Order: sequence, then C-alpha cells, then structure tokens
Amino acid sequence: MDSALIRIEHLHKTYHMGDNHVHALRGISLEIPRGSFVSIMGASGSGKSTLMNIIGCLDKPSSGKYYLDGVDVGALERDELADIRNRKVGFVFQQFNLLARTSALENVELPLLYSDNDKSKFKERAMKALTSVGLAERYDHHPSQLSGGQQQRVAIARSLINDPQLILADEPTGALDSRTSIEIMGIFQRLNREKGISIVVVTHEPDIAHYSDRIIQFKDGHIMIDETVPSPRNAERELAEMPDLEEEKEPVA
Amino acid sequence: MNKVFQSMRIAFRALRVNKLRSALTMLGIIIGVGAVIAMVSVGSGATDRIHQQIASIGSNVIIIQPGSQNTGGVKSGNGNSQTLTEEDARAISDECPDVVYSTPIQQNQQQVVYGSNNWGTRIYGVSPDYMTIRDIRIEEGEPFTTDDVKSTNKVALLGKTVVDNLFAGEDPIGKTIRVRKVPFTVIGTLVPKGQNSSGQDQDDMIIMPISTAKKKVMGGGRQNNWAQVGQIMVQARDGRNANAMDEIEALLRQRHRLQATEDNDFQVRSLEEMAAAQEQATQIMGLLLASIASVSLIVGGIGIMNIMLVSVTERTKEIGLRQAVGAKTKDILSQFLVEAVTLSLLGGCLGIAMGVLASWGISYFAGWNTLVSLPSILAAFFFSALVGVFFGFYPARKAAFLDPIEALRYE
Repeated sequence: MDSALIRIEHLHKTYHMGDNHVHALRGISLEIPRGSFVSIMGASGSGKSTLMNIIGCLDKPSSGKYYLDGVDVGALERDELADIRNRKVGFVFQQFNLLARTSALENVELPLLYSDNDKSKFKERAMKALTSVGLAERYDHHPSQLSGGQQQRVAIARSLINDPQLILADEPTGALDSRTSIEIMGIFQRLNREKGISIVVVTHEPDIAHYSDRIIQFKDGHIMIDETVPSPRNAERELAEMPDLEEEKEPVA
Repeated sequence: MNKVFQSMRIAFRALRVNKLRSALTMLGIIIGVGAVIAMVSVGSGATDRIHQQIASIGSNVIIIQPGSQNTGGVKSGNGNSQTLTEEDARAISDECPDVVYSTPIQQNQQQVVYGSNNWGTRIYGVSPDYMTIRDIRIEEGEPFTTDDVKSTNKVALLGKTVVDNLFAGEDPIGKTIRVRKVPFTVIGTLVPKGQNSSGQDQDDMIIMPISTAKKKVMGGGRQNNWAQVGQIMVQARDGRNANAMDEIEALLRQRHRLQATEDNDFQVRSLEEMAAAQEQATQIMGLLLASIASVSLIVGGIGIMNIMLVSVTERTKEIGLRQAVGAKTKDILSQFLVEAVTLSLLGGCLGIAMGVLASWGISYFAGWNTLVSLPSILAAFFFSALVGVFFGFYPARKAAFLDPIEALRYE
C-alpha cells in the first residue's frame, strides 16, 4: 500500500468560462503521509479552494495525478467519487452545513444513509460519534437550538461517522469566536493524535494554522511555502490555562 | 425497502416545512383525481343501468315482429301486418338449432275485476317458455303448462302490482278474477322485477296461456284470426345470437314463401344488440368525460413539477451537502422523486375521497345513477403515482446532477 495518504503529481486544474481559461492550479506536486495534520493557507484565488475540492474528491484534475489512499481519483466516475467521499473523507465547513429541522443525531447519521452499513447500528454509531465530540446529551437538539461551537462539533461528529482516513475542514473556525475556535482545533488535534485520522485544514488565520504540524502556502496556483511547524500549539493545554468562562452561552434565538 | 421508507420519511419532513405550499400543490391533484373518479362513476353508472336493463329483459333474447305491409307502395309501420303465427313460433324452436326457447306473444290492455276491486293491466298470452326466456319466476303457486295451453284452461299468473290492487292483503292463489266477464283462476304470483330502465312497472301484468288469451279475452277485430300472433320471442343459445337470427330469418322467409326479390314481412331484432349499441354510446360519453377530467390531473402534475423545481433551487445547499457526504446520483434522484410521488399520491388519496363524495353528490342531487368501481379507484391511485413520477422526474434529475461544488457554495 502507498505510504502516503495523499499523493499529487503535476496537478493542473483549468476552468473554462466561455473563452476564458482560468488556471487555478499550475502543476502541483504534493505528498501527505497518513496521520498528518496539515494547514493550507493562501489568499482567495490562490488555488487553495480548488485543491481542497480535488483532495475532497468533489472535483477532478484537468491533468496530472491525484492518488487518495492509493486510488487514482482522476479516473473515477461521478458515483464512484461519491462513494469514496462517503467512505474515506469527512467534510467540515465554515457554515457547519447542518440540516435544519433535523436533530443533531440525525445530522450525524446522514452519511450512513448513503453507505451500505447495517441500519440497526445507525443510532449507536451516531451516539458514539456525538459522545466523542462531547455532545451526547444534546443528541435531540435541532441546529437552531445549538451554539455555533456546538453546531460545528455536530458537523465534526458527522464527518467522523464512517471512520474516514481524512477530515477536510474548510475554514472550520471562520464563524466562531476565539475560545470556541481553540476548542474545535483541540478536537481535531485529539482525533489526529488518538485515532490517527489525517486532517487538512484550510484557513487564512496563521494562529489557527499553527495548531497543525505542517503549513502549505499557496499563491497563484503554485505552492509558495511548504514548511513543518517546529512546535505546534497545543489546544488542550491552552484551554486549561485560560480563565474559566461561564458555560458556553446559549445561542440567541 | 428500507431506503424507500427512509426517503418517504425525508419527503414527509420536507413537505411539512411548507404546509400551505404542499397543500396547494396537492389540491391540483386532488381536483384532477376527484374529477376523474366522479366522471368515470357517472359513465359506469350509465353503463350499469343498461346492464340492468339487459338483465331484466332476459339474456340472449330475440324478438320477431310482423313487418310492414306494402299495399300498392304505401308502407305501414312495423307490426301492422299479421304475418306471424303460433306455427311460426313452434317451427322456430323446432328447426333452428341455435334457438333454445320460443314463445308467441299476444298482448292486450284489459280491465280485471275481483270482488269489488278492478284494475286495468296488460294481459300477456304466451306459452310456458315465456317464463324462462324473460326469466320471470313464480313467487307462490304454480306456472301453467303446455296442457293448459292445449286445453285453453282459464288460469292466470298475476304480477305484484295487480295483486296489490285487486287483493288488499288477501291470498290470491285459487281465487277467481274476471277479465271481460270470463272467470280465471289465479294459479300463481310472480316475483317482482321492479321498474325497467324507462320507468315502466314490470310487475303490472297478467300472464296466461296464449290459447285462452286469444279465444276468451282478445276476441274481435283482426285478431279474430286465431292463428296469428302479435310477436314471437326467442331465446338463442349463449353466444349464438347472430346465428340464431340468421336461422330465424331463413326459416321464416321459407315458411312465408317469400321470393328472393321480396322484402321480409317480419323483423328480427336482438334486444341485446340494441342494448350493446346503447352501451357503446354511454361508454364513449364516459370516456369523453374522463379524458376531460384527466386534463385537470395533468395540470395538477404541472403544478407538482413547478413546486419541485422551486424546492430543488431552495435546497441546493442541502443537495450539495448530501452529495459531499456521499449521496450518489440515484440517491438524490430518488429523494426528490419520492417527494413528488408522495405529494401526488397523497393528493391522489384525498382526490379519491373527494371523487367518491362528488359521485355520491351527483347521484343524490341530480338523481343520476353513478357507480364508483374499485378498478377506477386503483387506476386513479396508480395514475396519480405515475403523474408524480412523470412530473417529478425532471426536477429530481436536475437535483441529482447538480455540481456538488457549486451546490455547496450556493447561498
């Protein structure tokens, strides 16, 4: 088996808009080993979102190769991509993207609906995922009854439900205050450390990027900087040192 | 199967979000299905009435009437000539292989007296086979026999209306009634048949041997010619109606010594064929009504398509998310298809209820015969499902083939 979870070779992505050709990625090569915690940074238009979409198997390269877990993603059909997203990738979004009028538990269950799993285990597995992000007692709350941080934790539980090898987080703290952001990064660090899940976070906040082991900076469709973080921040320790705040505020309806 | 229930649950939840919108969309289907059910019930009610009519006549009945008389180019109407005889009737049943029974019929309106009561009714002079052909059954007493015909016995069978008017509660069997001062013994009463389709009372009749009727009751005038009869009624073998008619025609032409150039001096008609023609006309009317009604069902389907398109647009982001977490093309397709079908089936069920109610209203207020049949309900149910699939497919397909990246980014 390929030692690298993600292997990208001379990857190009070109968008065609009428007569215009937009080169979003211009020949990227990149390897991300299993168990990595990587941040991707860059200004908007730098190509980082395009790379995210390709890594997340939402899009296919125009040329070049992308292997996820040894599978050549560029050769896959639409439904095969959906299947690989379902089994190998967990998504976390800036706006949480939870289904409204649906309980936390059912939101977490959602990816299971599209897998071949035994239906009788759905509830049990979803509860386990919710427990691992510390929201077990709120399983029947709807998103509108949860704070932003809680919603993002439900989203993380959802990304975990199929035991993915990779979690892709697109600006996961973009809509959260700083303390909650640290909590969320803490969860990612724990999942990375304890379960060995590879995590790729797209962010434009250097603070957030420093919770990861490696930072890749993009500019104009090229990788500008690819560096290891000498001593990453530790979210759990920081939280322990912070003055105790009152219980997380309930959302304003 | 699990997946279907899952999709149904998701569909119900999605439909509950916009209750008013879902209800209005369903209204189109409700009206469409309701109209189809009601119109079909009117059509099949009319057909049913014709079936009843056929049943009350008796099955496979052929009537032979004397033809028109051609006197120097002046043609009188049918039945005016006196060309049919009792012998003809006997020959038909003896010589036509596809005829089972045949009876001569001589009928007349007469005043009947019992004690101080009197009643005007129709007298039918027939042979015993008449009872079988017309499927008339004896309620009490006995029918008359061929011996009664041979011996010109003065016996009579009374319909219920006659019994009610002459014998107020009395048992008529064995009593003597008088027709034109001739005493008749009542030997039996008839099982009531009710009104026929044209509203005529079929129980207002007296049946007696043809010989007696002609000699004792209907004497005088042209009918004095003993051999002749008003008409002949025949029952053909099942499914051999047309053959029997041909045989009768050939036989009567031969018996009446008609040359090849001469027209028939009689007329052979199958009541069933007449009824069948009428039934066809009714069916065409029913079909017409149903097809007009189904236009509204199609309009309802367009309403579903419209709402589903709006719904797909509104839920673009949700679709993107579902795709991101692994929903395949067929998953999204079936989700929206099930939603459309749920709408149309729910509307279909309510429409069936409304159609049944409407057809009841039509028969109650307009007095038409309506008949809601199980097949029409099942057809409406499946047709509304079909409408959901047909008009839900395009929006569902549109949803299923959304680009997940753009769908996720949609605000």
